[in-house]
Amino acid sequence: MALLQISEPGQSSNPHEHRLAAGIDLGTTNSLVATVRSGLAETLADESNQQHLLPSVVRYTADGISVGEDARQAAPTDPLNTISSVKRFMGRSATDGKHLAGKLPYEFVDTDSSVPRIHTVAGDVSPIEVSAEILKVLKQRVEQTLGGDLTGVVITVPAYFDDAQRQATKDAGKLAGLNVLRLLNEPTAAAVAYGLDKQSEGVIAVYDLGGGTFDISILRLNKGVFEVMATAGDSALGGDDFDQAIAEWIMQQAGINDDASHAHLRQLMHIARDAKESLSNSETVELNVELDEGTQWQGTLSREQFHDLIDPLIQKTLMPCRRTLRDAGVSAEEVQGVVMVGGSTRVPRVREKVSAFFNQQVLTDIDPDKVVAIGAAIQADVLVGNKPDDEMLLLDVNPLSLGLETMGGLAEKVIPRNTTIPVARAQEFTTFKDGQTAMSIHVVQGERELISDCRSLGRFTLHGIPPMVAGAARIRVTFQVDADGLLTVTAREETTGVESGIEVKPSYGLTDKEIETMLVDSMNHAEEDVEARNLREQQVEADRVIEALEAALQQDRKLLSDEEAQQIDSAMQKLKQMRDGTDHHAIKNAIDELDKVTADFAARRMDQSIKKALTGQTLNEFEQNIK
Amino acid sequence: MNTSLTQNHFELFGLPLSFEIDQQKLASDYRELQSAVHPDRFANASDQERRISVQKAAQINEAFQTLKSPIRRARYLLELKGVEFDDQRETAIDPTFLMEQMELREALGEIGNDANALASLGKLLDDIQQRTRQLVDEINPLLQGDAEAALTQAKSIVHKLQFMQKLQQEAEAKEEDLANLL
Repeated sequence: MALLQISEPGQSSNPHEHRLAAGIDLGTTNSLVATVRSGLAETLADESNQQHLLPSVVRYTADGISVGEDARQAAPTDPLNTISSVKRFMGRSATDGKHLAGKLPYEFVDTDSSVPRIHTVAGDVSPIEVSAEILKVLKQRVEQTLGGDLTGVVITVPAYFDDAQRQATKDAGKLAGLNVLRLLNEPTAAAVAYGLDKQSEGVIAVYDLGGGTFDISILRLNKGVFEVMATAGDSALGGDDFDQAIAEWIMQQAGINDDASHAHLRQLMHIARDAKESLSNSETVELNVELDEGTQWQGTLSREQFHDLIDPLIQKTLMPCRRTLRDAGVSAEEVQGVVMVGGSTRVPRVREKVSAFFNQQVLTDIDPDKVVAIGAAIQADVLVGNKPDDEMLLLDVNPLSLGLETMGGLAEKVIPRNTTIPVARAQEFTTFKDGQTAMSIHVVQGERELISDCRSLGRFTLHGIPPMVAGAARIRVTFQVDADGLLTVTAREETTGVESGIEVKPSYGLTDKEIETMLVDSMNHAEEDVEARNLREQQVEADRVIEALEAALQQDRKLLSDEEAQQIDSAMQKLKQMRDGTDHHAIKNAIDELDKVTADFAARRMDQSIKKALTGQTLNEFEQNIK
Repeated sequence: MNTSLTQNHFELFGLPLSFEIDQQKLASDYRELQSAVHPDRFANASDQERRISVQKAAQINEAFQTLKSPIRRARYLLELKGVEFDDQRETAIDPTFLMEQMELREALGEIGNDANALASLGKLLDDIQQRTRQLVDEINPLLQGDAEAALTQAKSIVHKLQFMQKLQQEAEAKEEDLANLL
């Protein structure tokens, strides 16, 4: 329970009031939450004030749900009900889930939904729900530490996450009751943590090697603007592969067979990880492995042998490095700083090889486990409006090309990879049969030419095309990617003026209905009233709209005619009345009504700020010329 | 009434319709414009303002990408001047240029996996870039007026530039493959 309510929703009319915001690093192995306090971004510890890292493990029992260290420790004894590494299943289909699970013991359930569900004693759960449990614990941690309700959070995702994985992450946030201000790419977050710290300008690279994934991004920093120039990665390469390589070496040396027991293999991986960590400081490490028949195998792994084992893996990370440099159009010499992120960059050999590749000493002064959460916290603080004068702006790119299936099973790119987002692009198509009245549209993501090699994001059909001769219809398909990297596709037939559009969500995302059901379910557990929650949500939204509009009117009332101003004032009065009532539908309608009458006003304000941005710039240059 | 979603890319950046552009000023104006309209500036605004901001930010991104690249800028400028491009069924290209292309492609194909490969590839890339610069220099005066003959000539140079771009991409992909092998 909150000790002190600092920002009661609805009373935050003071624009300079400090709002509570947090950055969340929702990791495969561990998760972290950070916030900005007295101008300093820091990660938050658990109740006992000891652990900052929360193991991303959730255990379901008949009595309830546990998250973190307790759950992690129960994993060996209760493997079926203890879910770890759930991030790997986010945004994946049920079939993908079974495939990815590999040696993991979870029982995937066949359902009608495209989202996989895992069977536990407490019922079937989706990866999104499991992630939401982790997020809830972190939410509680911040709110308890800071003593108030969170206004909003920034959740980080690997830059290489595709559309479906991003959507799933955002859904998990929603389900945990968080206001997700932004999904931020992990490397960009790390750059923010370093960039603001050092006030640097120029090109920097972020090398992020985690337990199971690798990301590389090249960014340009200029007066607080972080422009991602290119990003690439390998979603199946990480420090776990180092452990695996050592374990395989031990098996070879000790003559252990591939069919060793699960427990035995787990023990080997443990020994391998310890060996990897020891070799950071010592030249050799002694290994003691218990063999099945009760005998011992003893051996020595030298640092040199260790390097032979992992060098090919490190080499594999340098290929994407080269590609991003090329995509960004810069040379390794132009890179002014290389930021190291992820626990696996603690391995000295990794630092050495990456330093050699970029021809400079890599940066490691911020804890590589915490740097992402810290960057996200800084961004969240800016987004909730705690730093109105801050110039920081993050311009991200889409990591993978987005396209459509065309004739012959080929993919046609509509938005190539590394395009700055938000972005909207349209492409025109036509009918190929006389009298054709429908067209099927298949949206894909990936770099390859064959549809079968790309990832399918969704299919939809545009109906109601007026019958025409082949080739006469003009179907305009528009792709829009927002600042979170989420895609919306719409299609329209243009020749006849008949409009017919549709929005697609990725086929591996949740439908709004499914989200609602989950929300209802989770609330039944919490014994909270659905109606009350809906009402509160609409009230918060109404307050946000009113506050934003009042600020806008104060600045720009002059852009409105008397008649328009009057219309807006009365719609706002109406909303204020409804807000204090108890009917959430009525509040929603009043918000929609107000939205309608302020459409032109909002557009004019945007035009005005564009003009100001350009003239302000000219003025600056003018001043510089005088000096 | 809001008309700016129909503004062309030059108007959006307050620039005259000209091929010559101060790239540094373009980049700094771009950052100023994004700072004014980016969705992150509207995290607490109404849904409506956020929608408009996404549209605007996308429009500014598109304009910047087009104006930044000489090939895209030239093509866009020609389209504004009423020249039509049809990528499906083009077009007569001057045979001397095609011969040159074939020779360059042959040279690219002949580069093997030996120790000198990277150096030869580097030379080839320099050559491609040199030719590209020449074409860009040639197109500049042609885009200054509205004379049909000049515009037609400019259009054919855009096609040549597209050829060069494709070739350069292939050469760079090969360079990357080689570097990864070594």
